Amino acid sequence: MRVLERSAEGEGFVPPSTKDFNLPPIFGDNVYTTKPIFLVFLSVILISTFFILSSRKAAIVPSKFQFAGESVYSFVRENLAKEVIGHEFMRFVPYLFTLFTFILVNNWFGIIPMLQFPPMSRVSFPYVLALSAYLVFHYVGIRKQGAFKYFKEILFMPGVPKAAYILITPLEILTFFVVRPLTLSLRLFANMFAGHLLLLVFILGGEHLLQGVIGLKLISPFAFAIGIVLTFFEFMVQCLQAYIFTLLAALYIAGALADEH
Amino acid sequence: MQFVNLAAEGKVNPLIPHTAELIVGTVAFTLLFLVLRKFVVPMFEKAFTARTEAIQGGIERAEKAQVEAQRALTKYNEQLSKAQSEAQTLREEARVQGAAIIEDLRAKAQEEAARITATAQASIEAERQQAVTSLRNEVGALAVELASKIVGEALDDQARQSRIVDRFLEDLEKSK
Repeated sequence: MRVLERSAEGEGFVPPSTKDFNLPPIFGDNVYTTKPIFLVFLSVILISTFFILSSRKAAIVPSKFQFAGESVYSFVRENLAKEVIGHEFMRFVPYLFTLFTFILVNNWFGIIPMLQFPPMSRVSFPYVLALSAYLVFHYVGIRKQGAFKYFKEILFMPGVPKAAYILITPLEILTFFVVRPLTLSLRLFANMFAGHLLLLVFILGGEHLLQGVIGLKLISPFAFAIGIVLTFFEFMVQCLQAYIFTLLAALYIAGALADEH
Repeated sequence: MQFVNLAAEGKVNPLIPHTAELIVGTVAFTLLFLVLRKFVVPMFEKAFTARTEAIQGGIERAEKAQVEAQRALTKYNEQLSKAQSEAQTLREEARVQGAAIIEDLRAKAQEEAARITATAQASIEAERQQAVTSLRNEVGALAVELASKIVGEALDDQARQSRIVDRFLEDLEKSK
């Protein structure tokens, strides 16, 4: 489709742009049939199937398959939930586990052949996830400390001289209600967006070079090689972003649970 | 629809979310959350608990067995040392008893020997006394007989004298 588009546009190389992330609906005008939406549902099916099958037996001595599922689960449970949140961690394990696996698999879609599109480069999905984290950590804080005390401690940080509130209170409000959800979502979005753009540049660029004169044809393998190297790099970034998002969500929850910020 | 328009116009702000995607994201995430919470987390937790219990149970069992073994060893050692000291006591007692028995027997034997000797001596004495008594009686009688014979017959010559003695001796022989 893309190739057709290109050739229709003529000889000039059109660098990949934000337009490349707006994929048209597959079935007519139905906006619920775009590739990212299918991918997101696919991720839900894949994650559910994998973990239900691997946890079904719950054997004391796990099979390799159970061990694989368990490793991911215990990674989130121990390294993210337990270490960050502390003794109340178990309540948040399902949420953090969902967050981690959902982001991770959707990110992997960015480099899985045939799929090759990271749904998290569509800003709506990171927004939804960040909103969920935002609601969870505020809710937890209000439930734990009471709405009044919780907001009071955010607005007027204890142990700070009164004069400093002029400066600190607006910053705290900004941090808790704007910066946290925004950075959470934008970090994930931007990483996936930029990563995909980078891959597009090198792979489509290589493809374009291949159609050029002989000299350009010789350069094109290098573009592909860089594209492949970047794919490995992307894999690292994808895992890292899933980890960071979950870690920060856990940190925010831990902060809301703590008596003092 | 909005999305199509924007794409057509060529100016797409990637930070503007799309309603459809927001809805799908929420639904998909919630769905996944519910599935994982209902089916996956409890199962993994069950496996973890079972494993922890199995390991702890194993350790506890091993510890119990070790304590048991230790106790048995202590008991056996105690019993052994008790038995040894008992044997020692018994040996000592036996030695003492043996010595006492030997002493006893020796004393008894000496006593017996003394008794036998005394009895023998008494009987010898009695017999001697009896012999003396009877001899005295016999010698007396013989002396009386001999005297009466000598008195009864004239002892004039040597031949007669010896005849008388011989006859006397013959009588004596006969009377025996």
